[in-house]
This record gives sequence, structure tokens and C-alpha cells, in this order.
Amino acid sequence: MANFTPISAFLGGVLIGLATALLWLANGRIAGISGIVGNLPSARPGDVTWRIAFLVGLIAAPIAYTSWIAEPAIRLDASIPAIIAGGLLVGYGTRLGGGCTSGHAVCGVARLSPRSLAATSVFMATGFITVFVTRHVIGG
Amino acid sequence: MVRHLAPLASGLLFGLGLVISGMINPGKVLGFLDIAGDWDPSLALVMVGALIVAAPAYLLAKRMHKPLCSSAFAPPARSSIDRQLIGGALLFGVGWGLVGYCPGPALASLGIGSGRTLLFIAAMLAGMAAFTIRDRLNRDRAPSALHRGTARQP
Repeated sequence: MANFTPISAFLGGVLIGLATALLWLANGRIAGISGIVGNLPSARPGDVTWRIAFLVGLIAAPIAYTSWIAEPAIRLDASIPAIIAGGLLVGYGTRLGGGCTSGHAVCGVARLSPRSLAATSVFMATGFITVFVTRHVIGG
Repeated sequence: MVRHLAPLASGLLFGLGLVISGMINPGKVLGFLDIAGDWDPSLALVMVGALIVAAPAYLLAKRMHKPLCSSAFAPPARSSIDRQLIGGALLFGVGWGLVGYCPGPALASLGIGSGRTLLFIAAMLAGMAAFTIRDRLNRDRAPSALHRGTARQP
């Protein structure tokens, strides 16, 4: 567990929790990224601006952090075919399953939604299995 | 105005949280998913931090008639555990494990990531669009089967 960073992980998590709480208490919206983006093309006129405002913030924060504080480490080792396949699976899967890590694992679990608990268990399990296979069965 | 400032602030907090926690880094996320390797439990601590704040907020909201800046709460439309939910989560988990990106960290990296990050975002948006197209085709097909031989309802 040499890479474990409990304090920064917990603090970052608290900020994500605050973001989630703010969007629900102020606007009554679930801070689920795949839903915010995926429903953008089909959203009714009054339902568009908050999505764009949220995404602007989401994209701007790392840019500001990089310019003013430090460049965050980003390590993306996957091959080009794996990146394309992974992107397609993440995009299609999160829309089919009605949520991703933010919508199901944070918002849904915080609301104790049985649906989100089920989804989170399944994508965590297939995530663990996929990494086990790629790193220790094929890659090992 | 506040109606739009709250989502902007929420997005900023979310993006900052992803950077500070290290979850913007696919390598760190894969470290969590790699139980059999040099396991990094950080992602679990991110969830603990998020849930400690989010869960009381959702409980507080139950005592409110409406959100502070809009007319009604918009809870998720679907509530049943069905094949789509499980199938979608299954596919998402495989893609997540292949690369280490889920939608939040991928989009948050739009302005700071490399070309490979942009490629992932493009593939992810294509996957989302493919779902939307399939979903619309299915919805169009359902009524047309009932009204076979008659003009398609708008």
C-alpha cells in the first residue's frame, strides 16, 4: 500500500460530497456526471444551463489548479485500442445503467438507493476482475 | 442568477475534489482496482469523505419542500433493479478497469489531459451517443408495432 494517500483522498472526497450536497439542496439535481452529459442533447430548454454551468466548473477547476498550484499527476498507460474500447464501454454502459461512479457510488449510495447499491457492486466487481485479468492473467 | 451559480460552484468543487484526491489520475484508480497487486485503498477513502457530507445533505433535503433555487427536487426516474442496470454497470466496470477513467475524471481532464485523454473522452461521448440513438430507435419501434399499417404517430 505504498501509494495510499488517505488524507488527500478523504479531503478530496469531502469536496466531492459538498459539490453533491450543493447541487441537490440548491437545484434539486443529482451530481451524476454521465447523466448530466448524456442527457444534455435531449434536455428541455430550461434544463440545459445548469448542466453547462456544472461542466464548465468541472473542467475549469483542474485547469486553475494546474496553473496556480501544481500539475496533477495523470498516468494513462492503456494502449490506444484499450482507450477506444474502454471509452465506448464507459459511455454506453453508464447510460444503459443510468449512472456512473458519481451518480450511483456517491449520490445513490448516500441516498441508500437499492438500485445504486446494486449498480455500484456490479461495476466495482467487473472493474476488479478486469484489472486482475489484464494485469495478472494476460499481463503477468 | 444563483440558480446557475450553484451548479457552477458545484462543478468547481467536484473538479477540485477529483484533483486533490488524485482520482483524476487513471493510474491511481487502477491502483485501487488492482487488489492482487500493490493495492491503493485511496478511492475507498474518497467515497467515505463524500458520503459523510452527502448523506446528511440528502436527509436534510427530505425536510425541505423544494430546493433553495428551483421549484422541485428531481430524483432519478428509474427505481427498479433491472437487466439494463446490471448490464450497463457490467459494461461500465469493464471499460473502467481497462483504462482507469470514469466519466467525471475523464471530463475533468479535458483541459489538462494529453491527446490520449481526449481520445478516451471522444470514445466515451460516442458510446453515450450510441446509447441515445439505440434508445430512440427502440422507443419509435414500440408504438409503430401497435399501429402497424397506419400513419406513424408524431
